[in-house]
This record gives sequence, C-alpha cells and structure tokens, in this order.
Amino acid sequence: MLHPVPTLKESPSQTAGPYVHIGMTPNFCDLPGVYASDMGATMINGEVEGERITLSIRLIDGAGVPLSDGLVEIWQADASGSFVSPAAPNSNSVPAFTGWGRQASDANGVTVFETIKPGRVAGPDGKPMAPHVSLWIVARGINIGLQTRLYFEDEDNEGDFVLNKIMDKRRRQTLIARKESVGRYHLDIHLQGEKETVFFDI
Amino acid sequence: MSGIILPGADGVLYQRDRAWHPAADTPAYKSTTFRAPKHSLLALGPTKSEMSGPTFGHEKLGPLDNDLIRNFSQDGTDAIGQRMIVYGQVLDENARAVPGTLVEFWQANAGGRYRHKKEAYLAALDPNFAGFGRAVTDESGFYSFRTVKPGAYPWPNGGNDWRPAHIHFSVFGHAFAQRLITQMYFEGDPMIWQCPIVATINDKAAIDQLTARLDRHNTTPMDALAYRFDIVLRGRRSTMFENKLEGN
Repeated sequence: MLHPVPTLKESPSQTAGPYVHIGMTPNFCDLPGVYASDMGATMINGEVEGERITLSIRLIDGAGVPLSDGLVEIWQADASGSFVSPAAPNSNSVPAFTGWGRQASDANGVTVFETIKPGRVAGPDGKPMAPHVSLWIVARGINIGLQTRLYFEDEDNEGDFVLNKIMDKRRRQTLIARKESVGRYHLDIHLQGEKETVFFDI
Repeated sequence: MSGIILPGADGVLYQRDRAWHPAADTPAYKSTTFRAPKHSLLALGPTKSEMSGPTFGHEKLGPLDNDLIRNFSQDGTDAIGQRMIVYGQVLDENARAVPGTLVEFWQANAGGRYRHKKEAYLAALDPNFAGFGRAVTDESGFYSFRTVKPGAYPWPNGGNDWRPAHIHFSVFGHAFAQRLITQMYFEGDPMIWQCPIVATINDKAAIDQLTARLDRHNTTPMDALAYRFDIVLRGRRSTMFENKLEGN
C-alpha cells in the first residue's frame, strides 16, 4: 500500500540565539516605537468565559541558572475546550480570547501569562484529556524549539492520554504546575538534571 | 462511504526528521552544554492541541513593519549598509504554499552589531537601525522585506569564533507543531563553513536549504539587491479518500 511521503524537507532549525527578544518581544527589550505592542502579550481582549488565571513559568538550565534570554509561547483551548478557529482572511476582529501567548523570560528566568483555565479537549482515543497548555520554548543554546505541556495540580490528571505515555511516573510531575494561591500556578522547566522536564517529539 | 484510508494517515503531520535538524547537544556550540535536554524526547502523535494554532489575519501590521531600513529611523534618513530585499515563499513539505502566516525576522546591523544591552561587540550602532521586522505571507505564501545586509561578528564561544552574516527567522504555519525558528545565510559566504552554530546541522544539503540565493532578476535598479529565501514547514500526510488526495 502506498504511504504518502513528503516531497520537500522541512527547513532545518537553528538556535534562536541570545537576542531572540529583539525580534519577538522588542518592546520588552527597550526597542519601543516600531510595534504598538509585543505580539502575544495580551491573550484576553474582552468578555471571556472561564476562570482567570496567572501562569508563571520559569526556565532553569542544567547548572541551576535561570535563562534570562529565553522565550516561551503557549497555546491552549478556551474554557469550553475549543481552540480559536482561524479568522476569516482580512478579518479585523481580534478574538476575545486568542488562546496564544508569548512572553520573554526576565532576569530570573520567569515568564508570566494572564490567561484562563482551559477546558478539556478530546484526545486521540476519544476521551477528554486533562486541562493543559501547550508550550514552545526557545533560547540561546537550544538548537530546536522544545515542546512540552503544562498541567494543573488541582485537576484530575489521571487517565490523561499524554501523561500516561510517560513511562516513568515520577517524571509526569515535571509537567504539573503547582497551585500557589487561587488562580495562580507555577511551573519550573528544567532543561537538564534530576528534575529534567519531559519534552516531546510531536 | 467508499474510499481508501492510508494507514496512520488522517491529515496528521509527517514526523519530524530529527537527523535533518541539529541535535540538542552539540559541544562545539558551547551554550548547548547546560541547555540540551539529556533524556530522549517522548514521541507523541500530534493531538488536537498541536494540530491547531494561532492565526494572525486580524493583526494589523504597520506599513513599515517589513522595512528595516526605515522602521526605526530617528531622523528620517535610511539605515546604513548594503541595501537589499529578502523575499521568499513559505511552503509545506507537500510543496504547497502556506498563506496568511506570520514571518518574523531580526538581525545585526551592517557592522555586525545588535541593538541589545548585552551586546559587547565594539562595532558601532546605527542610530537609524533596530534590526527587526515582520510580514504575513500572501495568498501564494510569499513574504518580503527590505533591509541592509548584516555584518559578520565575533562571539564568545571558542577563542576566535565568528558568525557568518545571517538573519534570524521565526515562522508559524497553521499548527502549533509546525512552529519553527531558523537562520538564513548568504550564498557564497565562506564564513558559513567555519561556524559552530551552522555546524550543528550535519547534512550539507540541509545547510544549503538555509542559504539564500542572490536573485539578480529581482534587483531594484540603483537601489537594492534581492535575495530569495524559501522556508519549508512540516506538512500533513494526505488522506486518501474516494480514491483522490484530499486537500488538507
């Protein structure tokens, strides 16, 4: 039986380098006046269903040093478990909830996102996956963007399609954000070491 | 319904060819030493969460967003350097155009200096050049921008390492799993072959894919040279349905 094969090769990745903030969050790195605001800085633009939450995500290297030159993008469903559908071409309306955020890491390696708690999305097995946020991480010294997920410690994560693929159960904890207070969650991303985060080949 | 569904194929993405991309741990590029994950990646077929992605049709780009010669001009004059147009097509692995996707780019100035507080190279800043811009691809997948050719520069890695002239690119596609960051180099530059970051890619053909071609045909007379740089994002497996390839 024929199996479809690609006709072109994907362009190979290269590191985002030490100055990714120039290109992707210029207002954050003292280059105002070109863009009105940094893309992805605001995820909520109006009345939105769901619990408002703050996610802080810290990037830490194998020597325990926070990454001050990193960048995190997140992508998630809305409170009902739906993803923002593609806008019609030339549409001028910004969705009330974009589902997509981008933040530069600060001197402490921390990125902060103001968003809403995602609902459950159906997994490939047809069962709902636990609420989660998809992450994409780039920085100097990262040759190809790292893909992982953030889950919530106050949700039922048993039976999640992706978490259950992690054979070493202790490592599942590396994806689960700690609840710091009502509506505030924190996740450390460890690039290496005993607590190394599980990264995906999607 | 009759028809044939190919095994494992329901419009999901082709698996990423990790041997074509750089490995995570590449000792000659020293920054990877403490930043490359040591565990192998968890192989995961994309779910709905990764097959969807943000769109930017609603973003209002400014008229100078793709003009790096002018978009930071402080006194109304142009940035200093070799003027050029960089353009190209964003395609997927099935050679289909990717329209309406955001392309972002950033670079050093003509002297090889970035406008960043951590930049330590002694080359002069250009007061009229910030070094970044963006564009959304048109219905045929094309983007273009105007800039000056970035300079090569030394960087702290080995004792005397220099980066070849390059422009950083970030591209989205239509699924979060297509997200890509890469760098564009210039055809014929001998500096390409001594760069530890370029050398993180093993295959010469893959490096060649990151090398923009001088395009004399699209040169603007008495103004700017043109370089063409096409970018390929991951493509979807086509589903054989009703004995024909379903567009997806």
